[in-house]
Amino acid sequence: MTAATLALPTDWRDFLSLTKPRVMSLVIFTGLCGLLAAPVRINPVIGFTAILCIALGAGGAAALNQWWEADLDAGMKRTQARPLPAGRMERESARDFGVALSAASVIIMGLAVGVLPAAILALSIVYYAVVYTIWLKPRTPQNIVIGGGAGAFPPLIGWVAATGHITAMPVLLFAIIFMWTPPHFWALALFVQTDYAKVGIPMLPVVAGETVTRRHILVYALLLFPLALAPWWIGGTGAVYGWSAALLSAAFVVLSAQVGLRRSVPGDAMKPEKRLFAYSILYLFALFAALVADRWMLG
Amino acid sequence: MKPMPKTNDPLPTDPEARRLRVQRQRNVAMALVMGALAILFFAITIVKLKV
Repeated sequence: MTAATLALPTDWRDFLSLTKPRVMSLVIFTGLCGLLAAPVRINPVIGFTAILCIALGAGGAAALNQWWEADLDAGMKRTQARPLPAGRMERESARDFGVALSAASVIIMGLAVGVLPAAILALSIVYYAVVYTIWLKPRTPQNIVIGGGAGAFPPLIGWVAATGHITAMPVLLFAIIFMWTPPHFWALALFVQTDYAKVGIPMLPVVAGETVTRRHILVYALLLFPLALAPWWIGGTGAVYGWSAALLSAAFVVLSAQVGLRRSVPGDAMKPEKRLFAYSILYLFALFAALVADRWMLG
Repeated sequence: MKPMPKTNDPLPTDPEARRLRVQRQRNVAMALVMGALAILFFAITIVKLKV
């Protein structure tokens, strides 16, 4: 990074991009669904504050992730245009921004919404920034499995923000995202495999090979099927969610089977993998939308 | 009075003008964030007083 590069103050858009806005949109959506699906009506101002804090916490954790991984990001085509590897920002600025956002999100959540959601939010930030980014991601091919827990917190926090306590339903919502994350990311890792290998991140396709990864994707998709239906089975939701979950999860299994039971050939366009990755995003949005629709239709 | 440049205009070539432009945009963004937080804290206080 040259002095000339940093002579210009960092643009505010670069600070915004540190928060990974696209990932944040999924975090906000699942957090909001957790909040709206809870059997308690929350004051709109407090509800808005809870979602804002979830978003700020996710943004802070993402900034800390980029601060820690700046060198790795510089070696990957997908990430080398980010503010730190591109030399548009000092590393310390990213670290301080991440710490400030994270601390502010927990403090505001604690004061305005409640101590329990604030504690879970703090746990989720530490889980993502420390357990996943610093500890697991560079050490184990199971990084995505355990690290996926970080992304599973928002609906749990949203639900607890509304009700003030933890029950089976928000834990199931956590478990659904936890189980959804590995096939989602491994599908991506299959078609950006060379990038991860280049910087030495032990993603499953790099360490265990493509065939094992494909089997894992199918196994997790099969485990996700009953888990997605569990909220209906325990009586936490109605048939709207139940049938939606059944259809969406069945399609997820079919697409995962297309990936899990095939082998790629040289020059493969990896269409089934790209299709599964795209569908997995749609799946999560649709599943949680069905959850909220079910709650609001049944009252 | 010199007209303010539009947000989507390319950055000026003069380094000092570029620095001032970026700094001004950052100040505006920070002011908007601070203002929004002030409104939010006021609203939270009102809600908490009613509970």
